[in-house]
Amino acid sequence: MQFTIEVGRYNPEGTYAAAATPGEPYPPPWDKAPPRRYQSYSVDLPEHAVVLDALIAIREFQDDSVAVRCACRSAICGSCAMWINGHAHLACKSKLSEFTKNGKTRVEAPPSMPVIRDLICDMAPFWEKHFNVKPWLEGKKPAPGPMEEYRVPNAAMEELIQEVSCISCGACLMDCESFAVNPEFLGPQALAQAYRYAGDPRDAQTHERLGELSGPGGVWDCTHCYECVTQCPKGVAPLEQILKLRKMAVDDGYTQNAGTRHADAFAESVKHSGRLNELTLLPKSVGFFNIVGQLQTLPSAFNMIRAGKLPPIVHKTIPGVKRIQTIFQRLGGRFK
Amino acid sequence: MKVAFYPGCVSKGACPELYVSAKAIAEPLGLQLEELTEAPCTGAGVLSEQNPDLADSLNGLTLAMAEEKGADLMTICSTCQGVLAGTSFHLAKDEQRRAKVNATIGDQGFTYSGKTKVKHLLWMLFEDIGLDRIRAAIKYKLTGLKIAPFYGCYILRPQEALGLLERPERKTYLEQLIGLLGAEAVEYRGSTKCCGFPMLTFNREKSLAMGGNHIMEAKEKGADLLVTPCPLCHLNLDGQQPDAARVLKKKIDVPIFHLPQLLGLAFGFTPAELRLDHHVVPTRGALEKVELKV
Repeated sequence: MQFTIEVGRYNPEGTYAAAATPGEPYPPPWDKAPPRRYQSYSVDLPEHAVVLDALIAIREFQDDSVAVRCACRSAICGSCAMWINGHAHLACKSKLSEFTKNGKTRVEAPPSMPVIRDLICDMAPFWEKHFNVKPWLEGKKPAPGPMEEYRVPNAAMEELIQEVSCISCGACLMDCESFAVNPEFLGPQALAQAYRYAGDPRDAQTHERLGELSGPGGVWDCTHCYECVTQCPKGVAPLEQILKLRKMAVDDGYTQNAGTRHADAFAESVKHSGRLNELTLLPKSVGFFNIVGQLQTLPSAFNMIRAGKLPPIVHKTIPGVKRIQTIFQRLGGRFK
Repeated sequence: MKVAFYPGCVSKGACPELYVSAKAIAEPLGLQLEELTEAPCTGAGVLSEQNPDLADSLNGLTLAMAEEKGADLMTICSTCQGVLAGTSFHLAKDEQRRAKVNATIGDQGFTYSGKTKVKHLLWMLFEDIGLDRIRAAIKYKLTGLKIAPFYGCYILRPQEALGLLERPERKTYLEQLIGLLGAEAVEYRGSTKCCGFPMLTFNREKSLAMGGNHIMEAKEKGADLLVTPCPLCHLNLDGQQPDAARVLKKKIDVPIFHLPQLLGLAFGFTPAELRLDHHVVPTRGALEKVELKV
């Protein structure tokens, strides 16, 4: 079967000009990413071939200047994550026949990461985040004796299997919406690993970890868009682990942040009236004593009032709100 | 066709134009809206992350109310859609979780058997109402307009709970609809991305940059307007747009229409009837392109 592959070419010397045609600039926030040129190759492969098969065939038999990083070819080593048709995927796990769009498949290094050459991006930002969450156990004291071991119940480890499945390919970070606008954000992979250790009963630093993760760049800087859940090739579902960390942090007393104030104001409103009170939610989330924060929201509030989009001043209660209040009394926990 | 109508808090609060336009287009589409006036807020994912059992019972109650009406539940908000479809998905397959919900809502006069289907208006257009009925309702083609679709995360992800693995075509309904109304759909990366709203109160500048970038991308591809099935996206993309322009140091000025407003224009309602004058970013320029006035 004949497949057409468009390979994003880049080298710092910019010497691919003759063979490749310039692509469109990347959309913002990556409009400053180095411009890539695209070179088309035609390869004859079986119907079940994956994108990486095509790239290896190109490199071995057509053009040995194409740079691609790969090792295991079995979705285990995590080295071949790249953009395929504009989203991060493992090239070894993506069937060509499923990705061919308008007769071709486009592959390139993601503009969200620094690019080294062709399809190879620099994973340095990824590893920096990974190590920032201290991805190791801080053992409890006293340590077990020489002939003993830390014992943990099976159920506790089963809870962590999902996070242990991470192969550090970086696909989630490459497509992370928050990372795109906020390079300080720890990102889905590092935070999923943070949960793997904070959630481990053998760890002695859980409280300290949760404190650090509640700060800038941490769990509250995630925009909750589920891109990482969709792109992860191993089912780690990083967002779900981030949400677990948020709950653990709040339960552990880290409540002096906009995220907790937002959840509290939200719950208060639903408990009181059955519905959301948009008029009080924003100021309560920002914090009444955060004068700068309150002032920043004023121009937008003024614009909305002028457009007639002010929520009703008198917040109406839904009929049958008693039912909602009963549910809160029974299950509300902190929100009772 | 009877539907259990779940308007969501925002259409009753900061986006009244969404509620008004959704009610307006119901008749030409043959929808009989039975509004769930006693249903609580979904919690928008905020309550479920801190207290999953509480959110399950609140949303299970809503699903039970729809079940009692014997109709599918229709949302007009991607976020409501995501949360309610997620609860419906989990309660349908997890008997234990459903039993827990019923133990809480049982003495409130409701039981949920796990059958309610949750569908956004956008899905209903294609899967229940049908293209013939929409075509018959069109009185005014929007020819000449370039429209950028903006889905909102929770009508697209997570895919399994939303039934997108069985029905991948749900990812293309906005583009198809724009074409059906006579306009041209703008293809751009941002259409399936996040508007930044969930982060607005935690990290305002980054949230505004996120939304603003997507509008700028659509604008650079020639879009006259964006259309969204999610009022929370609308709040960030329209309500906060002047502030996003300040953060990005760029001029944006692209109006953001609600899905029912766009349908309403094609069905012959006036811009005033659809409250297109109640937007932060003026809709005038886009409307003039199809010779309509606010």
